[in-house]
Amino acid sequence: MNKTDALIIGAGPTGLFTAHQLKLIGLDCEIVDNLDKIGGQCIELYPDKPIYDIPAVPECTGEELTNNLINQIKPFNIKTHLGERVDELKKDGENWFVKTNKGKTFLTPNVIIAGGVGSFEPRKFVPKDCEKFENKSILYSVKDKTIFKDKTVSIFGGGDSALDWAVELSKTSKVNLIHRREDFRGAQATVDKVHELAKSGKINLYTKYQLLNVNGSDNLESIEIKSDDKEVKIIETDFALGFFGLIMQLGPISNWGLNIDKKTISVDTEKFETNQKGIYAVGDICSYPGKLKLILSGFHEGALAARACFKLARPNEKYRFEFTTSSKSIKDRLGVKSD
Amino acid sequence: MAKITFNTHDAKTHTVDVQNGLTVMEGAVQNDVPGIDADCGGGMACATCHVYVNEDWIDKLPAKEDGEEDMLDMAFEPKKNSRLSCQITVSDELDGLVVSIPSKQS
Repeated sequence: MNKTDALIIGAGPTGLFTAHQLKLIGLDCEIVDNLDKIGGQCIELYPDKPIYDIPAVPECTGEELTNNLINQIKPFNIKTHLGERVDELKKDGENWFVKTNKGKTFLTPNVIIAGGVGSFEPRKFVPKDCEKFENKSILYSVKDKTIFKDKTVSIFGGGDSALDWAVELSKTSKVNLIHRREDFRGAQATVDKVHELAKSGKINLYTKYQLLNVNGSDNLESIEIKSDDKEVKIIETDFALGFFGLIMQLGPISNWGLNIDKKTISVDTEKFETNQKGIYAVGDICSYPGKLKLILSGFHEGALAARACFKLARPNEKYRFEFTTSSKSIKDRLGVKSD
Repeated sequence: MAKITFNTHDAKTHTVDVQNGLTVMEGAVQNDVPGIDADCGGGMACATCHVYVNEDWIDKLPAKEDGEEDMLDMAFEPKKNSRLSCQITVSDELDGLVVSIPSKQS
């Protein structure tokens, strides 16, 4: 059981700066994020796209912004739990009991949800029957490539993940690569390699096809794919892999008894607290009259939620406002010299 | 100003007036047309404002920019007439546009 003054759900820009604000005022915090890396949407959706409306930063990319925020919280050594999704949140006396999908537990008086548009999950195949093979013979990521040895693997998608795995698995498996159009969006060198392997018969390429149906009893036996011209092909296969990127889903957050409207959580604008005491929502996931979905709004919301956390984490102390330019205790926490 | 018609998956029709300069996605969201999620807010980064454009209109729309087709690879059941509604800017020429919204976005 991890005990902390505040648990932050989401390691995007808002979550990171909220952590900074908590540590600055002397509170302890930890961060949980379902992605395997820090940065949230900035890293997952637009690492290379320039952002022009961060105050005092004329231009930076999603990746640069993330790296700067990571540097800014470096002095605090904040514990970050990546690749874990918070599944359970329930009241335990004065505290909140929090449990992740990997079984890690936390006890904290404050939970700050900085979850963006929810957690990133892989986009899945459309046909309904795919669910019954999921995690067995229908997969959306590869954890152990040895299971494919000498088997037939049908890979769907047109990006780098699909192409890289098609190339890699073609060494030891029979590979079918299926994509909805002729153009691939992966790195040119990999696209060339795939075409070369297709020419030499190492990869069976089906372009302008999409998955129509899957067949099998316990395990997948065959798939049906349909072309733009409505031609259906049946292909025998042991595995189907789908690489269609990630989608954001609110997920378990909707089960925690919070006021949710149109995938956002209602909060007040003093503490950014939800209808549950000690649970706050900041950044894109919160809503209130006048809400702007900007990174700078997330920073403001996080700063105020952090002050609200102080009351519940240190009920016998009084929070005193201080500036970073002059406060000796803040400078000590940052590990910088006082004048 | 253009009148735009959205056919939703449950066979309902929503016709709304959308100001020039807004995107078709914004027209849907501002008028509470159901079925357009627009998670990324118009950044061409999520493919959750996916629509099917009525056959008569496909060639009349401004062409896809780089990247739109890539994002459509990830959309739910993309077809030849698929577009991201955040990438279609409304003008007088689009008056009468008809699009259909897929059964879901993810």
